Amino acid sequence: MIRLEKRPTPSRVWAWATPVVAVLATMVAGGIMFAALGKNPVEAIRTIFWDPILGEYAFYYRGQLLVKAGPLILIAVGLSLGFRAGIWNIGAEGQYIIGAICGAAVGLALYPLEARWLVFPLMIAAGALGGLLWAMIPGVLKTRFNTNEILVSLLLVYVAEQILAWMALGPLRNPDGSGFPGSRNLRQYEAAANNELIAGSGMHWGVVAALIAVIFAYILLSRHLMGFHIRLAGQSPRAARFAGVNPERLILFCLGISGALAGLAGLFEVAGPAGQISIDFNTGYGFTAIIVAFLGRLHPIGILLAGLLMALTYIGGEAAQATMGLPAAAIQAFQGMLLFFLLGFDVLTSFRVRLGREAHA
Amino acid sequence: MKKRTFLASAAAAAALIAANPALAQDPVKVGFIYVGPIGDGGWTYEHDQARLAVEEHFGDQVETIYQESVPEGADAERALTQMALQGADLIFTTSFGYMDPTINVAAKFPDVKFEHATGYKTADNVGVYSARFYEGRAVQGHIAGKLTQSNKVGYIASFPIPEVIRGINSAYIHAKKANPDVEFAIVWAYTWFDPAKEADAAKALIEQGADVILQHTDSTAPQAAAAEAGNVYTFGQASDMAEYAPMPRVSSIIDNWAPYYIDRVQAVIDGTWTSDNTWDGIGPGMVKIGEISDAVPAEVKAEAEALRDSIAAGEYHPFTGPLKKQDGSDWLAEGETADDGTLAGMNFYVEGITGEIPN
Repeated sequence: MIRLEKRPTPSRVWAWATPVVAVLATMVAGGIMFAALGKNPVEAIRTIFWDPILGEYAFYYRGQLLVKAGPLILIAVGLSLGFRAGIWNIGAEGQYIIGAICGAAVGLALYPLEARWLVFPLMIAAGALGGLLWAMIPGVLKTRFNTNEILVSLLLVYVAEQILAWMALGPLRNPDGSGFPGSRNLRQYEAAANNELIAGSGMHWGVVAALIAVIFAYILLSRHLMGFHIRLAGQSPRAARFAGVNPERLILFCLGISGALAGLAGLFEVAGPAGQISIDFNTGYGFTAIIVAFLGRLHPIGILLAGLLMALTYIGGEAAQATMGLPAAAIQAFQGMLLFFLLGFDVLTSFRVRLGREAHA
Repeated sequence: MKKRTFLASAAAAAALIAANPALAQDPVKVGFIYVGPIGDGGWTYEHDQARLAVEEHFGDQVETIYQESVPEGADAERALTQMALQGADLIFTTSFGYMDPTINVAAKFPDVKFEHATGYKTADNVGVYSARFYEGRAVQGHIAGKLTQSNKVGYIASFPIPEVIRGINSAYIHAKKANPDVEFAIVWAYTWFDPAKEADAAKALIEQGADVILQHTDSTAPQAAAAEAGNVYTFGQASDMAEYAPMPRVSSIIDNWAPYYIDRVQAVIDGTWTSDNTWDGIGPGMVKIGEISDAVPAEVKAEAEALRDSIAAGEYHPFTGPLKKQDGSDWLAEGETADDGTLAGMNFYVEGITGEIPN
């Protein structure tokens, strides 16, 4: 008989081992699924995990990994701070959208001013501020009226999507676009473009910002009093109160930081890879970042790795679609398996598997 | 510029990889980027049918690849680059939102040909194509005007772009001609494919009293919603959707891309491909009217078919004056027909339609 026995303290080994085990299990289960679809499972797994890094066209894919991972990491790092403190910002997607709109609006308002030293920093500030303010809505509502930040932040995503459609069709629409929706392409506006810093590397300012965020979050959590408060509030809210943690300040801080980082991610995306505000500009980075945050154990370095891994499944998954004719749904199921196995194996962090009968005291 | 060097090297790499088909006798590789899943039963389904027709027509001479459900935007650019790197010689990008990504990627791969559906930006290696769906909408509008008992026709619109507005106007003009009391209720779904949203829109329209539902979205969900409600008429969109015939689906507008795709692939094989701007309708066969079912009275069916045939023969243009714009200003004088430029950028309703185009 197999039974689970609660560990006295969560296992540190398993906390780091489960993501690896989950990836391996996903490869096996995904391979079985691909085989059932009539595709060579080994080739499929190789296309997804190997080709983008070391395959024939890796010179292009490696850069794309950074492009895809950048916003995921940037958002996830912000979310992880709140998640550690038990503050659940589920609406990063909305903050991402609003950040992109605010940043793009500033850039478009200054068009065709050529002073990049002025335009681009202003856009960055507007992007961060937009995301921050959007996240303050659930923050203030929670601290003032004790509303549930999960619901409020999530529902504000749909509000943000409507604003996005309005902006793409109305105020931010390209006046030279013969009536079609969508703003001017910021990438074709030198002063506002977030282009690659080194051509072909995928490295744009958003990726740089993500790396800086990882470092700052690491220092904050390990060296700073605020980081201590965050960890304490998550582990023991009562103890936190005795230690002098101001819960309202903590809520606003965590939501504000995660909102600002999500807004930045949106700004860097709209000025770079996406290029323009369009009706369906957002593609779910804000939600995927939640998975990345947990896959990375809410640890900055873990998130860095998890973001790259997630990006790999996207890039590799797309490659597998195009080269092997795998359906898009199979790739999504494959990514779903990853989260499923991660959560499943997570049990091992807090529980021990025992064979045999329970020993009675 | 550094960017240029990357472009050049990427292009050189692509040229090497995509070994000249004429020399190596390699099959021509044709890529397709789809906005929905190939099983959507509508827009993407028809593009994929055309892809299969290309395979069947050319056999070993071609190899086709596709990627479905590609979001419009940054991801599309990667999907396109990926296909170009893998040696595609010709890539069809089959949704409006792929316009800028197509232009961007095309600039990096001057030797790869691109065909973008429903857009307006061209380049030396980017052609655009679309179908005159509004011709089909005219036939649809006529039948809708005749069929409605409540005089209320529901319209599930996707995005407020000229193509969709053109369809609304054309359907309205001909419904109004068939039935002067007709009214249009328009719902904007802001999606091309979202069965849940489309079903909700259809139900809302039916609850408001609409007994004919027209759709410019790609799934069969509105058909299912109408079937459930009973006594509501619908039309297949992009694809025949014949599984809902004879009721609620009484006819359809079918996109028939196969002849065009075969033609363009042949041009690449022959080395005669040049950037084009194709806009074909019922006449050349790019737009087809699906079988009008027995739920439609015989005389209405005959009228609709006559309308279809006169459009196909070029005797009648669906936008023929006198026509006014919604605000009451004159648009087309008696007997005047709309020019393609105005139609391509259409951003106004004709007189009689209530509501505003979202902006």
